[in-house]
Amino acid sequence: MVPLSYYLVLSGILFACGVLGFLIKRNIITIFMSIELMLNGVNLSFVAFAAQWHALSGQVFVFFVMVVAAAEAAVGLAIIIAVYRTRETLNVDQVNLLKL
Amino acid sequence: MTPNLNLWLIPVLPLIGAALNGLFGKRLTRQAVATVALAFSGAAFGVALFVATRFSTLQLPHIETVAQWIRAGNFRADFAFYLDQLSLVMLLVVTGVGFLIHIYSVGYMWEEGGFYRFFSYLNLFMFFMLTLVLANNYLVMFIGWEGVGLASYLLIGFFFLRDSAASAGKKAFIVNRVGDFGFLIALFLLIKHFGSLDFMQVFQQVSSLSPETAGAGLLTAIGLLLMVGAAGKSAQLPLYVWLPDAMEGPTPVSALIHAATMVTAGVYMVARSHVIFERAPIALTVVAIIGTLTALFAATIGIAQTDIKKVLAYSTISQLGYMFMACGVAAFSAAIFHLMTHAFFKGLLFLAAGSVIHAIGGEQDMRKMGGLKEKIPWTFWTMTAGTVAIAGIPPLAGFFSKDEILWRAYQASWAYWLIGLFTAFQTSFYMFRLWFMTFTGSYRGTTEEQPHAEHAGHGTHLGREQIVSRAGAYAPHGHGGIHESPRVMLVPLVILAVMSIVGGWIGIPGSMGGGNHFDKFLAPVFHTSTPSLNTQHATPGEVAPPEKQTEGPEPQTSRATELLFTGISVFAALLGFVLAAILYYLRPELPDEIAQALGGFYQAVLNKYYVDELYSILFVKPLVDGSRRILWHGVDQSVIDATLDDSADGARHISDTLRHMQSGNIRSYAGWVAAGAAAVIAYMVWMGAR
Repeated sequence: MVPLSYYLVLSGILFACGVLGFLIKRNIITIFMSIELMLNGVNLSFVAFAAQWHALSGQVFVFFVMVVAAAEAAVGLAIIIAVYRTRETLNVDQVNLLKL
Repeated sequence: MTPNLNLWLIPVLPLIGAALNGLFGKRLTRQAVATVALAFSGAAFGVALFVATRFSTLQLPHIETVAQWIRAGNFRADFAFYLDQLSLVMLLVVTGVGFLIHIYSVGYMWEEGGFYRFFSYLNLFMFFMLTLVLANNYLVMFIGWEGVGLASYLLIGFFFLRDSAASAGKKAFIVNRVGDFGFLIALFLLIKHFGSLDFMQVFQQVSSLSPETAGAGLLTAIGLLLMVGAAGKSAQLPLYVWLPDAMEGPTPVSALIHAATMVTAGVYMVARSHVIFERAPIALTVVAIIGTLTALFAATIGIAQTDIKKVLAYSTISQLGYMFMACGVAAFSAAIFHLMTHAFFKGLLFLAAGSVIHAIGGEQDMRKMGGLKEKIPWTFWTMTAGTVAIAGIPPLAGFFSKDEILWRAYQASWAYWLIGLFTAFQTSFYMFRLWFMTFTGSYRGTTEEQPHAEHAGHGTHLGREQIVSRAGAYAPHGHGGIHESPRVMLVPLVILAVMSIVGGWIGIPGSMGGGNHFDKFLAPVFHTSTPSLNTQHATPGEVAPPEKQTEGPEPQTSRATELLFTGISVFAALLGFVLAAILYYLRPELPDEIAQALGGFYQAVLNKYYVDELYSILFVKPLVDGSRRILWHGVDQSVIDATLDDSADGARHISDTLRHMQSGNIRSYAGWVAAGAAAVIAYMVWMGAR
């Protein structure tokens, strides 16, 4: 059996990749994907703990997260399309109308 | 149950007048303002007279409580009024002389700006002064005490656009604070040790104490502190400096506040506290010494002054010194007697001086007067009455009171008597000097030549137009040349002149075949006299019965002595007159030569012994410099301000740095969140690993 720590390290790596992508990337689609990556990293640790402790609540949480992520993806992509239609760019640094 | 005389009416009536004039006076005509002021001060006088008529039916002391004020534990202080012989005398003097001066002021102030303001202040002063003399306890007295100080400040600085008037007002107020400080501490001591400020209760407890003959104790401390207060209010050494400057106020103010009434409050307070002083011989001696020295000191300054009002101011200080001398030798009734006659003749002298100043258009320098006898005969004759009265020439009022004081002073110590006598001589000299310089010889001023200099008149009252635009409600009477004052000013002069002549007759001493009624009248107040002075009459601590009072008839042997001393003091007064006549009438060139011959001493006297300069160096300059250098530049600027400024600067610098966090860039926020989360995790991991 694969030890728990392997899963957790992988989960941490995934999460860190997500954070880095979120911080560094300018393309809003990439940022969006980075967020998904972070969510998946967390999901991985949830299922790993669930398997370790033989508790189903972790699995249930993951379902919730996936549902929310799906809803978020739908709304988010809709926004991205709307932004692209008006601004003709996907670069977040140029979408700064509300900034002072 | 004694009848209720509604004593509260006496002080409250002038207060209503002050409020009416103060609140609505600006919209009233001058006639209406004058009517209100006169009606209410006159009504107070009327009530006082009514009280006097009912006086014999009262059970004394007559106390009327108006309202509760302070109740704290066992300590009680009520708004209550206390009427006995002493306060009745003060009451009649204050309301009577005050009312006359109100009348006079209508004429004197008619053309000044701020007419309503003046009368509002004047009535306010009456309110506080009457509160002071009618108070039933030291605390109510203190209200009046501070209130008259306030009214005095307001009235000295009446022409507040003039710098000298404003600073004179400030000076009076500040110097009085020094005195009031002593008074307050005395009150605290009374509360601490006797648990009360009520006259009856305090004096009852003090009566049971024995005199502090062995050394200084509680009563001595209280007495000395009370004397500090009295010295401030009554312009005694070393706190007298404010009174000469107070002459910046309008002349009726000088007459009412700075001659007749307020400045005598200290004498009244000491006389009222006689029970304490009698049991504190050291304090009493200090009072006598201060009084004697002040009398001498001020009289010598008065000799060299050339401003007619300054002469009278120093004369007032000197006469107050007499009163304290009398208090100091436990001759309280003599002090009050002199207080009363002094109120008449000094009020008269100031009013007459005001009339002179009015006549020649605001000039106060006696060197520019002269020869006014024929031009203003009424003023001349009334002023003559006042001058003779203060000089102590029989049978005018000043003679009897001053003689009484000198005689009682002699009984205590020949030194007091000698200085008092010398002062009497000087008094006579400088008063007749004033009289000769003003009324005889030839006119040395310029008013006659410039009849159209509309106010050169009251030229001292610069800028009154700016104070209040003139209502134009009065008939202008052109100040062309020297003119007698209007009747409204002359009537008070005449009444006061009559009082100055006959006012002393109620106190003719037994040695001259009189009954000394005044002394007998006041005797019940001071009947607990005097374990300290006449120890052969009463044993210490024992309350002498009224019949055995020290003011009783003198033994036959001393009668001749008393008459001899009377003769000496009359001689001194006449000598002063003769000397003044020689120097300022027969040989007017002599004074300058004498001044030349005296040189430095004359300069010192002329400059009031440089006391103001000395105080300025000793107290004012260190205080101002200390405030500026240490408190302002040192503490305020470099500590308090600097702390505030630096912390504000620091906050700004830090904010300058930190505001870069608030970039509005979502990814940098996310970066901070991530960094923060990483830090938290790192911390937890590190803690877990330990």
